[in-house]
Amino acid sequence: MFEGNLLSILIWLPIIGGLILLFTGDKFAPRPIAFVFSVLTFLLSIPLWTDFNPVGHQMQFVELAPWIESFKINYHLGVDGISMPLILLNTFITVLIVIAGWEVIKHKPAQYMSAFLIMEGIINGVFAAQDSILFYVFFEAMLIPMFIVIGIWGGDNRIYATIKFFLYTFFGSVFMLISLVYMYSQADSFAIADFHTVKLGMTPQILIFLSFLVAFGVKVPMWPVHTWLPDAHVQAPTGGSVILAAVMLKIGGYGFLRFSLPMVPDASSELAWLVIFMSLTAIVYIGFIALVQNDMKKLVAYSSIAHMGFVTLGFFVLFPIVAKTGSAEGTLLGLQGGMVQMMSHGFISGAMFLCIGVLYDRMHTREITAYGGVSNRMPWFAGFFVLFAMANTGLPGTSGFVGEFMVILTSFKANFWIAFLAATTLIIGAAYTLWLVKRVIFGAVANDNVAALTDINKRETIILASLAFFVLLLGLWPEPLVHVMNDSLAHVIEQATTSKLGN
Amino acid sequence: MESIYLAIPLASLIGAIIAGLFGGIIGRKGAHTITILGVGISCLLSFVVLKHVGFDGHTFYGDVYTWAQVGNTKFAVGFQIDRLTSMMMVVVTFVSLMVHIYTIGYMQDDKHNWPEDSRGGTNSYQRFFSYISLFTFSMLMLVMSNNFMQLFFGWEAVGLVSYLLIGFWSTRDTAIFANMKAFLVNRVGDFGFLLGIAAIWTYTGSVDYKEVFERLPAIEHITLTILPDTEWMLVSIIAISLFVGAMGKSAQVPLHVWLPDSMEGPTPISALIHAATMVTAGIFMVARMSPIFEMSDTALSMVLIIGATTAFFMGLIGIVQNDIKRVVAYSTLSQLGYMTVALGASAYSAAVFHLMTHAFFKALLFLAAGSVIIAMHHEQDIRKMGGLKKYLPITYWTSLVGSLALIGFPFFSGFFSKDLIIEAVHAANIPGSEYAYWMVLLGVFVTAFYSFRMFFLVFHGEERMDEHTKSHLHEPAKVVTWPLIALAIPAVLTGYFLDPMVVGDFFDGVIHVNENHPAIETITHHFHGSDSWIVNIFSFVGHGLMALPFWLAMAGAGSAYYIYMKQPSIAQWGYDKLRFIYTILDKKYFADEFNMAVFAGGALALGKGLWAVGDRFLIDGLLVNGSAKVTGWFASFIRRMQTGYLYHYAFSIIIGVLAIMSWLLFGANNV
Repeated sequence: MFEGNLLSILIWLPIIGGLILLFTGDKFAPRPIAFVFSVLTFLLSIPLWTDFNPVGHQMQFVELAPWIESFKINYHLGVDGISMPLILLNTFITVLIVIAGWEVIKHKPAQYMSAFLIMEGIINGVFAAQDSILFYVFFEAMLIPMFIVIGIWGGDNRIYATIKFFLYTFFGSVFMLISLVYMYSQADSFAIADFHTVKLGMTPQILIFLSFLVAFGVKVPMWPVHTWLPDAHVQAPTGGSVILAAVMLKIGGYGFLRFSLPMVPDASSELAWLVIFMSLTAIVYIGFIALVQNDMKKLVAYSSIAHMGFVTLGFFVLFPIVAKTGSAEGTLLGLQGGMVQMMSHGFISGAMFLCIGVLYDRMHTREITAYGGVSNRMPWFAGFFVLFAMANTGLPGTSGFVGEFMVILTSFKANFWIAFLAATTLIIGAAYTLWLVKRVIFGAVANDNVAALTDINKRETIILASLAFFVLLLGLWPEPLVHVMNDSLAHVIEQATTSKLGN
Repeated sequence: MESIYLAIPLASLIGAIIAGLFGGIIGRKGAHTITILGVGISCLLSFVVLKHVGFDGHTFYGDVYTWAQVGNTKFAVGFQIDRLTSMMMVVVTFVSLMVHIYTIGYMQDDKHNWPEDSRGGTNSYQRFFSYISLFTFSMLMLVMSNNFMQLFFGWEAVGLVSYLLIGFWSTRDTAIFANMKAFLVNRVGDFGFLLGIAAIWTYTGSVDYKEVFERLPAIEHITLTILPDTEWMLVSIIAISLFVGAMGKSAQVPLHVWLPDSMEGPTPISALIHAATMVTAGIFMVARMSPIFEMSDTALSMVLIIGATTAFFMGLIGIVQNDIKRVVAYSTLSQLGYMTVALGASAYSAAVFHLMTHAFFKALLFLAAGSVIIAMHHEQDIRKMGGLKKYLPITYWTSLVGSLALIGFPFFSGFFSKDLIIEAVHAANIPGSEYAYWMVLLGVFVTAFYSFRMFFLVFHGEERMDEHTKSHLHEPAKVVTWPLIALAIPAVLTGYFLDPMVVGDFFDGVIHVNENHPAIETITHHFHGSDSWIVNIFSFVGHGLMALPFWLAMAGAGSAYYIYMKQPSIAQWGYDKLRFIYTILDKKYFADEFNMAVFAGGALALGKGLWAVGDRFLIDGLLVNGSAKVTGWFASFIRRMQTGYLYHYAFSIIIGVLAIMSWLLFGANNV
């Protein structure tokens, strides 16, 4: 029906919905309006999956129109096997966020919903953009609704957190803009596909790579530019944390695949050790830090950073393998692992933050010590919490296992010690997650506040159950996802292993 | 047949799902009916498969569905049904079925185990049935797997269920500490296991058993340099990594610490998971991977030494335990050590044979202990028991059968399997086999001593319980006693399968033994003196009666009788005089203290240090907030220059003009 401009609809429909909400305001049923728009967007995004042709790496659902002709900037959209699942993740998570905020958000609900709908459209734009300036515009625009969400509906220290969030991410992206302009001067085009093919010398490649590393590394976030994330999460309302962890972090990983690896393959190869070092530090160092957190949200935020370490590790472990064995055989597993980890982390971290939100709505604290014995009063909630916690520890049968398993297998191919350090997550990840479960969920009823808890209602059950469904589905049968991503990721490997040097 | 293979794990899974999610609707009776039906179907079909595979000689190897296809590697969910699998399936489902039935009696009054303010007790009965059925499913997936991915799935899934069941009474602090400890210690093992799988995939490009085994010759001579200047055989690294996984799951020293604590869980699961089946997964795995282990004498030697150490030293702890379940738990550790020793001696079939006999007699002993616990109103201290023989006749006689099987009394199953292991270690030629031989030999005395110490203290002698308990003592319901009887039968009879299982050709083509590892070959040669199996069995028994192990066992049981029934002063004397040794044993060699201080304490201290210094001081303090401060200072400095006074600006202009002129006049000339 809308095949021709489906992506445009997915970008602009929620944005229009958000604008309508701004005009109608709180008096005119803001929640149902937001619900209708988010569900409609989600339903419309399903044909992306069903009509997607997994054979070949070409862009699909392409739209192309001139935008700023004097600079050859185009309104150019399209998706391949890498971006398509991420768009679906975004449209799905947004529906959950609207439902999750239904009763909880009492302050300016119309604007709250509006911010999330607009953010949904912008993030879809980030994943669909095939013109680098269009990408950059969406990439930066995304900060605004997030800035507002934390700044208005956030906790006590929200101003510090928003400024930190904004400056950190903005600092990252300005360098990227310089790189894009430089590549325009070389390719005479802003099209991402043209950047993929343009020849670049080693020095420019290194500089471009570093600018991308800062831009996307902050987003992921990678150690040592991660410290904005725990603050942002702690201050953000539940919905903000969910979209941040589940979707926005993925833009960093996506950027590495779409920009760094194909555009500057030689520099990526040269500096892969740096990214691998940063990823392993994220896995080990951040894991230990997560262990000693007293705030549930902080703990999950640090655990997010550790899990995202597997994404970047999976992407860049490609290069030492090629250097060691002389062929890219087997490296696809690492990229697949990284991508599956991104999708899986979207479900799991989203679920974890929603669970914390469920507790916070009842007890108004996130301090672990304030809890204890929740399972005695909320058995169904405890069941979901333990499931998501187990997924967070990478238990086979849940989605958390798939990506980590693939990445650890691939890392062994590169080097024993990379695999060794990566695999320590089995122990550290289990330690901080299960200790959290022990202190919050299990035990005797700790105090009167816990004794007064009521189990999750229908609305909360629907949200958690739908996430549980995907966590299990992806864990038990990842093949459908792996299948759609296969050719596109194989193409990235081909680009990343083809030198751009030598004019 | 293929649909039968699929139906076996699924029957248990469906029961688990229904009882777990709809327990409130179907009620207690519905939950135990549906799960017992499910496991019953699994058990029945497992026997069909055993006949089909074990006796008719059919095997199956194939995939159910593709989990993920990445490049040339296919990750699938599939089954390998051969004799080893079918034997394990029967053991798992049969013991599980007995435990399911037993649970009806054991968990009847579970509501009393939950505090008033907890909703946990509402459907705890149904939830328990759901968990043990889920366990059966997971264990079946583990043993039926045809690839490492699914093996790892089953491996961790049984760990999950074990976690949920150890912490079943989640309001008890000791229970939720024990389950976290169990999961984390197992994760240490799984860490090694996963590295082993990664190594296998890296060098063979596959995780499918058949393909991996086919490609083994190609990697036989590959060496790796992990640390500078040290070359390791790849196969040794793979085998040792896999064995680390087995050490976690099968509770071998030093990863044994979780198993005694797991006794916090309800007794039925101690029998099913922490004695009969899950803890033997490591033994099963090594036997399944025999082609890999056979390639590395280094790994076998390690297996042998760790197994022997566990067998003897864990048995010693059993002597000083006073909790009825803990005695049996240390006995399990020690027996797992025996199985591991057999693996190290390349006597895989003997290990698997002992696994089978042990599953029956140890499940029996645990369930009997549970029966005693029910009768004693959840008193577990054997010092407060005594003389229970006349109150609990069925429990008494079945316990006796179990104990005799455990100590290896002739004609009971344990006699055959344990004797074979000792013989095999004696015939082994791997480094460390001398040490292992003495350990398992002395272990026989220890086993008999702690087993009959407990037996006499519980069932004989003076009645040390209080009057109230005594007045209520009676044999528990039939759902409890029947499973005891049903397990007592295989606890005696399974020993007679030593031919064909160990000395016959039952495991031909399943378990692979290199020619330079002669243990089993030697035994087989001795055994087949006559064409008649009855003559062979009797000559085996006759040979056993002459041998040292039998007399050691008798000495152990005899001294237990003398010390605890005739001369209790000796026990007191030993306690007083050997206080030093007693303390070491009572503190379990201080392993828990060490782990808590070094690993748990160390990790927390490290985490706190990294957070305080790394994140908060260096990154946030210096870099992030520091750069904000520097920007602030710079801005305030610049701001100070914008004073707005004309004479300030005029003064700067004059200074500037002077500076530029000096540079043009003097500086530029020198260039």
